[in-house]
Amino acid sequence: MSTPFYVSPQQAMADRAEYARKGIARGRSLVVLQYADGIVFVGENPSRALHKFSEIYDRIGFAAAGKYNEYENLRIGGVRYADLRGYTYDRDDVTARGLANVYAQTLGTIFSSAGEKPYEVELVVAEVGETPDGDQIYRLPHDGSIVDEHGSVAVGGNAETISSYLDQRHQDGMSLAEALKLAVQALSRDTNGSEREIPAERLEVAVLDRTRPQQRKFKRIVGRQLGRLLEAGGASTEAESSDEAEGSEEE
Amino acid sequence: MDFLSEHQPEMLPGNRQLPPMQGVIEAPHGTTIVAVTFPGGVVLAGDRRATMGNVIAQRDIEKVFPADEYSAVGIAGTAGLAVEMVKLFQLELEHFEKVEGAQLSLEGKANRLSTMIRSNLGMAMQGLAVVPLFAGYDVDRERGRIFSYDVTGGRSEEHNFAATGSGSVFARGAMKKLYRGDLTEEQATTLVVQALYDAADDDSATGGPDVARRIYPIVTVITEDGFRRLTDEESSEIARSILERRLEQPDGPRAALL
Repeated sequence: MSTPFYVSPQQAMADRAEYARKGIARGRSLVVLQYADGIVFVGENPSRALHKFSEIYDRIGFAAAGKYNEYENLRIGGVRYADLRGYTYDRDDVTARGLANVYAQTLGTIFSSAGEKPYEVELVVAEVGETPDGDQIYRLPHDGSIVDEHGSVAVGGNAETISSYLDQRHQDGMSLAEALKLAVQALSRDTNGSEREIPAERLEVAVLDRTRPQQRKFKRIVGRQLGRLLEAGGASTEAESSDEAEGSEEE
Repeated sequence: MDFLSEHQPEMLPGNRQLPPMQGVIEAPHGTTIVAVTFPGGVVLAGDRRATMGNVIAQRDIEKVFPADEYSAVGIAGTAGLAVEMVKLFQLELEHFEKVEGAQLSLEGKANRLSTMIRSNLGMAMQGLAVVPLFAGYDVDRERGRIFSYDVTGGRSEEHNFAATGSGSVFARGAMKKLYRGDLTEEQATTLVVQALYDAADDDSATGGPDVARRIYPIVTVITEDGFRRLTDEESSEIARSILERRLEQPDGPRAALL
């Protein structure tokens, strides 16, 4: 009988982390930014059907980079958690903090259990508050830790370059068009420093808009509305984008 | 709901054990709900009274709820159970929409509600029935539609107008005489309040407009633009204008004989 090789726990964890990181790095990155009226999610996504961003509850949105089937699983779990919470207690009792904790538990358990392969995903859970101070953004890396973020956050392949770019330029109280423009600029930076153009059809954009009259603040921005916003951000930075965003297209 | 029945079955209204008992349980009952379609949408309205035996249990109960963006439910029957059923129904529609990324069809929603009512049959046999009226705007067919139910969950689509609850007989009579195919939204809202007035006139369990307390029927309109509940000012305006006319003609507008 052969004795199994001894692998130190440090080595085992490092290997697993390496594996997960590589998986995440293969996916395209996405960014989540605070703006004056809420939180905007921007990502490059060639697919119309497979979304990277989604609504979890009234004020809570979800963004994920990495493997689709794995984060879709987590997303549905999150929707179930939130709906069950809201039904059992009250709609106000569903919070991003609670949800982030559940995700952290799940990811952490999967990451450290020897039987399963670690999930190759990195999540962002965001909740829009009544005021910008009440906004919460949590980043959940593959190992189940939680990072409380402010202002801007980037996850996915090129996250480090993008987030340092964003950190330098992001300001509080930006309009939606400004925030969108900054996000697109950040996303179009490649690892080697060069820039490329991302056409509007390849962008997936969604907002958690605190000024929406409905209870559910999540809204996808598509088609003409997105084009208008991109133009507004490109032409003049002080465009009245928030008013325009409120306009016609409802889902 | 399937998820709930697997994980926490006691959360579902139909799954709870009833204490063994004789006779009918005294619980607040909601009464009359009416609905009318008009070109471009549907109006759903309800009175505000809940009764418990011969006592008025609540004067300002709300019995009409939005189910989602394009549909609404009005409930008659045991108020507590009905409100919970609506809550679960709303949750289920929202849950489906979030998970699948698309809305259920109006037929799908109506069928789902039917299943929920059927699961309540045990309670209904003990006198705790819930009989809702479901109305919505069918985005695919581009018109308003009404579905009525019986206690066993039997579903039937109603054309033009429908009513449920203890005052429904009188309300339906009134609507039959007042309904026309070319109603505007404003006329349709007036029609339902007229019908509720007639129901309250002849049925003791249905509440009429309460001018002293400023309690007026809840009137909701569902069109292409989605669900909208008339503000208190709007519904009081309708109720007041009807009241004024009824001071001269207590039985309301008269239809032609032939």
